Amino acid sequence: MSRKPDIQTMLWMYKHMVLSRRYEEALAEAYLEGKQPLFNMANGPLPGEMHLSNGQEPCAVGVCAHLLDHDVVTATHRPHHIAIAKGVNLRAMTAEIFGKQTGLAGGRGGHMHLIDPAVNFACTGIVGEGLAPAAGAALARKMRGEDGIAVAFIGEGAANQGAFHETLNLAAVWNLPFVCVIEDNSYGISVPKGAATSVLHNDVRAASYGIRGYHVEGNDPLRIYEVAGEAIERARAGKGPSLIEIETYRLAGHFMGDAESYRPAGEKDALFARDPIPKFRQELVDAGAASSDDLLWIEEDAKSCVAELIDFAKAEAYAPVQEALEKVFV
Amino acid sequence: MMAAEKKRIRKLTIAKAMSEAIDQAMTSNPDVFVMGEDVGKLGGVFGTTTGLFDKYGPDRVRDTPISETGFIGAAAGAAVMGMRPVVELMFIDFFGVCMDVIYNFAAKNSYFSGGRQAVPMVLMTSAGGGYSDGGQHSQCLYTTFAHLPGLKVVMPSNAYDAKGMMTAAINDDNPVIFIFHKSLQGMGWLGTAKGAIVDVPETVYEVPLGKANISREGSDITVVGFGNTVHHALDAARDLALEGISAEVVDLRSLAPLDRETVLASVRKTGRLLAVDDDHLSYGWTGEVIASVAEAGIALKCPARRIAYPDVPVPFARPMEQFLLPNAEKVKAAVLSLMNSVVSV
Repeated sequence: MSRKPDIQTMLWMYKHMVLSRRYEEALAEAYLEGKQPLFNMANGPLPGEMHLSNGQEPCAVGVCAHLLDHDVVTATHRPHHIAIAKGVNLRAMTAEIFGKQTGLAGGRGGHMHLIDPAVNFACTGIVGEGLAPAAGAALARKMRGEDGIAVAFIGEGAANQGAFHETLNLAAVWNLPFVCVIEDNSYGISVPKGAATSVLHNDVRAASYGIRGYHVEGNDPLRIYEVAGEAIERARAGKGPSLIEIETYRLAGHFMGDAESYRPAGEKDALFARDPIPKFRQELVDAGAASSDDLLWIEEDAKSCVAELIDFAKAEAYAPVQEALEKVFV
Repeated sequence: MMAAEKKRIRKLTIAKAMSEAIDQAMTSNPDVFVMGEDVGKLGGVFGTTTGLFDKYGPDRVRDTPISETGFIGAAAGAAVMGMRPVVELMFIDFFGVCMDVIYNFAAKNSYFSGGRQAVPMVLMTSAGGGYSDGGQHSQCLYTTFAHLPGLKVVMPSNAYDAKGMMTAAINDDNPVIFIFHKSLQGMGWLGTAKGAIVDVPETVYEVPLGKANISREGSDITVVGFGNTVHHALDAARDLALEGISAEVVDLRSLAPLDRETVLASVRKTGRLLAVDDDHLSYGWTGEVIASVAEAGIALKCPARRIAYPDVPVPFARPMEQFLLPNAEKVKAAVLSLMNSVVSV
C-alpha cells in the first residue's frame, strides 16, 4: 500500500524543507534585532516567544505532501514548517508573526495562533489542544459526506495529555478519517522523553484504541512520506484513524533564548551532523532525481522568497490599536 | 378560540421547550446535530434531547464516551468546519475536565482568525443546587464563563424563553454557553418552580440573546435576577405588593452580552437596586450590575444590595444548603430593609 514519492513530489518536499529552514533562520535573525546585547523577550520587531522548527521539516513535508487544501491540519506552538508545507498564505502568515494589520488575524494572534481557513490550517499555544478539534473536523467531513481528512500534529509531550487519549478513543469509536502525527523531538522543553513517557515509543499506544500505530525512525522524509501515505490513504478509504510517531529532532532550543543546558555535551553537534536537509539533498542527487545545480536553484529561490516575505512583513503597518477591541465575536 | 389556534399554545417545561427548539432546528438545517453523554436513547439526563434519537438516529444524536475534552473539543472542531453542534456538558460542575477547549479554543477562534472563522456551537449545561446533590453537582459557576471574552452565556428562566433562546443560540455564529437551571427544568424527579412552565408557541421563534426582560413592572425598587433567582424575586414581589411595595423584576437572561441598558433604565425609574444570584458572591454578576449602576452615576435612594451564595462550597446537608441559598423570603426581607433605609450623606 505504501508508495515512494515520485520525483516531482520529492522536489516539492525538498523545496519546502529548504523554504522552512530559510524562513526560520530569517525569523531568528529578525528576532534578535533589539534583543542584543541584553536579551529581553519583549523587545525588537518580533517580541514574545519564538519556537523554531529547524530539524523537524521532514515531518511536515512527508505528511503534507499527501494533503489537499480541504484536508484539515492542526499544529502546535512550533507551527511554521507545517504551515509552510500545508500551503498557508506566507505573506499573511509572516505579517501575522510580526503583528501587522495584513496578518492572518490582523496582529491579534501571533506566531502560536496562525489560522488560515483557506487551507484549513490552525495551530495553538496549548499542548494537545488541537487534537479533539481535529477529530471534530474529521467528524464534520464524515457527517457531510465531504472529501477531506484531518491530521493533528502534536509533540511527544502531548501524548501524555488526557486530550490525546480521549481523542484517539473518540476517533476510533467513531471510525473517523483522522491521523495523529507525533513529532518526537526528544524533549518537552527540557525534560527528556524517557523521564516523562512510560513507553519507549508512543505508537504502541495505538493498541489501546484498536487503531493502527506506526513508528518512523531517522527523521527520514521519504520514510515519513511512505508511512503517512498509508495512514492517510486508510483514513480516506474509511478504514479509520491512525497514530504515527516520528523520531525527529530540533536543531534549535525550545524557544529562542533557550540556553539548552539540559542537553548532554556533544548532542547538538551530533544532531547537526545528521541535519536532514543536506542528507536529503545528497539522496536526491545520488538517486538522479535532480542535479546539484537544480537544487541550488531551489535553494536560491527559497532564500529570495524568504527575504521578500520578511521585508514585506517589516514594512507593513500595525493595525490601529482600537482594532484590538474587535473580532471577539464573528 | 379555534381548536387549531388553541393547540398552538401549550404549557411546556424548559426541558421540553429546549428539545422542541433543537428538533425544529434539526429539521430545517442538516448541519445541526447533538452530542453528549446520554443524549441518545435516554434523551438527556435533564430531558434536553427527548425524542430526538428516535427521529434522527444515532448519527445526528450522538451518545459520547464520558470524555468531555474529547467530545466538546470535537464539537468545536466540527463547528469550525460549518456544522452546528449542540453539545451537552451534563453538569456545569464538570467543566474542569474540559475547559481548555472551551475558553482557549472556542472562545478565541474568532479573535485569532481576525473574525474569519466562526465556531457556531451551543454548549448546554445544567446548573444549580437546592436538592442536596453535594458540592460537585450543585454549583452555578455562571460568571466563571461570563468572565471569558468570546463566549455568550445565557440562561432562561421559563420555557418560552428557553425555546426562543435555544433557537437563537443555534442560529448564532458564536459559541453559546446555554445554561439551564435544574430547579426550573421540569424533570419529574426534581421539583420545578411553577413559573418556569409556561405557554410555548409551536412555531419557530427567537428570543434574542443579550436582551434582558422586565418580568414584572414596578416603581419602588429594581430586583435583578438570573434563572432561578428571577422566581425568588417574582415570589417576593407578589408578597411585597400586598404590603404596598411595587418591585420591578428584571430577568437578565444573558450575562454575556450583559444588557446593562435595561437594568440602568429600571434603576433610573425606581432609584433602588437589589441583585439576587445563586452563584458565589465574590466577583459575581451582582457586583457587575451594581458597578454598572454606580458608573452610570445614577443617584440611589438607598445603598444597592446583593444577595448571593456565600463564598463556600455547596454542603450536602439539607438545612445547611438551604441556609446558604437565596430564596423569596431573603429577597423580601432585603427589599423591606432597603425601603426603610436611606443613603447617608
